[in-house]
Amino acid sequence: MLTIKDVEKVASLARLKLTDKEKEMFLTQLDNILSYIEKLNEIKTDDVLEFKMEGFDNQNFMRPDEVKNYNFHEDLMKNAPSTDGKFLKVKKVIE
Amino acid sequence: MKTIDSIKNLILNKKITVENLIKKIFEDIETRDKEINSFITLSKTKALEKAAFLDKKLSNGEPVGELFGIPIAIKDNINVKNERMTCASKILENFRSPYNATVIEKLEKEDAIIIGKTNMDEFAMGSSTETSYFGITKNPLDLSRVPGGSSGGSAASVSADFVPLALGSDTGGSIRQPASFCGVYGLKPTYGTVSRYGLVAFASSLDQIGPFTNSIDDMAKILNIISGYDEKDSTSINIKVPNFIEELKNIDIKNKTIGIPDEFFKEGLDNEIKNIIFEKIEFLEKNGAIIKKISLPHTEYSVSTYYIVASSEASANLARFDGVKYGFREKNIKNLLEEYTKTRSIGFGNEVKRRIMLGTFSLSSGYYDAYYKKAQKVRNLIKQDFVNAFKEVDFIITPTSPSIAFKIGEKISDPLSMYLSDIYTISVNLAGIPAISIPVGKNSNSMPIGMQIIGNYFKEAEILNISKFLEFNK
Repeated sequence: MLTIKDVEKVASLARLKLTDKEKEMFLTQLDNILSYIEKLNEIKTDDVLEFKMEGFDNQNFMRPDEVKNYNFHEDLMKNAPSTDGKFLKVKKVIE
Repeated sequence: MKTIDSIKNLILNKKITVENLIKKIFEDIETRDKEINSFITLSKTKALEKAAFLDKKLSNGEPVGELFGIPIAIKDNINVKNERMTCASKILENFRSPYNATVIEKLEKEDAIIIGKTNMDEFAMGSSTETSYFGITKNPLDLSRVPGGSSGGSAASVSADFVPLALGSDTGGSIRQPASFCGVYGLKPTYGTVSRYGLVAFASSLDQIGPFTNSIDDMAKILNIISGYDEKDSTSINIKVPNFIEELKNIDIKNKTIGIPDEFFKEGLDNEIKNIIFEKIEFLEKNGAIIKKISLPHTEYSVSTYYIVASSEASANLARFDGVKYGFREKNIKNLLEEYTKTRSIGFGNEVKRRIMLGTFSLSSGYYDAYYKKAQKVRNLIKQDFVNAFKEVDFIITPTSPSIAFKIGEKISDPLSMYLSDIYTISVNLAGIPAISIPVGKNSNSMPIGMQIIGNYFKEAEILNISKFLEFNK
């Protein structure tokens, strides 16, 4: 059983701010989902290996370390909510 | 019904110019899509420019691409350069793609024309296209019903016959389930065969781009174009892609073994769907296929496993939406932390928040072993079920969904019941194997029924082969 405190902690880890009403709603829904998920405990998995995707044999995918020019710096900056033209602007980090 | 060849023949025989064809398609969309709402953004200006360019190319006698003048719709989580891409979320309401996804580069090279970006569940999280920030999409075959999801707009755009082709993405059934609800073909390829470069990541180990079409021939054609190794995607697999069109020349189902997993036909499955799937299985048997009962014993754990794995990956992938680099930013804030939290709380809808929290919880200290690690182990068991089954059978046949398209509003307030509507499609993503949904008939309300054909790793050509046999003998 989850508590409101658990929901608050998870929301803070996930960088979400919830209203009291939302906390209640998510508490009920997440609790519901987690109790359904409990089903997994029916299976013994002590000797089971974790999943590995087929077709990937634990190899590294390397490519030559070459400089390529992408030239979409301006387009990228156009999507930013706040810039000084050259850098992204955010609120002061250190007071 | 529009197909690639029907359109290409009109163009190449000069019965219509590409420009007039595309104009007509936009007229049709502007009239009928008001109600269906399959598109979030239409790319009219760019599409008409491309059409005029293609007309010139044709009159100059230049060589034409495989998809010359073919209109195509793209799910709004795939980057198309200079177009808006929203992922159906407020947080990306005004985002413009600075580059093309690899699949888009490939389509452009073959002279396809991108008509617009289709509606979807927010960040592809949902099974009904009801969680979109831009309004719900309605099922073109019955406007009181959902088109399925999350690629509901793409499925609807093909089903409404606006376009013959659309791309979607499938993380837990998001191509196959809407294809089934809308009566079209929808394929999820083997993980790693179609580049994910330029697809907005939801759950990176499950996501795969795939097509919607009106025919198996078109499925083969589009698959030929979008498949293949891409160095820009570190999970792209470098193996030789077959020529899917050539592979359709000899349709042969004799002595193919088809597995029927008991677990997929139990309670919860609509009777009309069950009957029609069994009719098809009998038909295949009559024509020389060998039918074999099989068991995929961990099927009942697939939904639980999926919601841990997918949500965990989503919680990490969606951490990048913080209002700093792109997208929406809440202005009324005091400090950087509040900039993140307020932006995300206003920018994301409830389903996205729910999954981010579920994922964050599964990965958090003290719960990681019991949830995430446990799910990764069960995922392996689910995969092994398929690996074992494919030692004995060539295909596995199941329904695509336990029900036909449900009513708008029916499941939206109960997340768990929505999650359970993906019960037959989810395990395929967990294993990474390919599967198609093909329309096999209609129920008593004239709503389409989809059948899922699952193949072993990299067996897309074989899946298309048996699908073609069923399409031919409809």
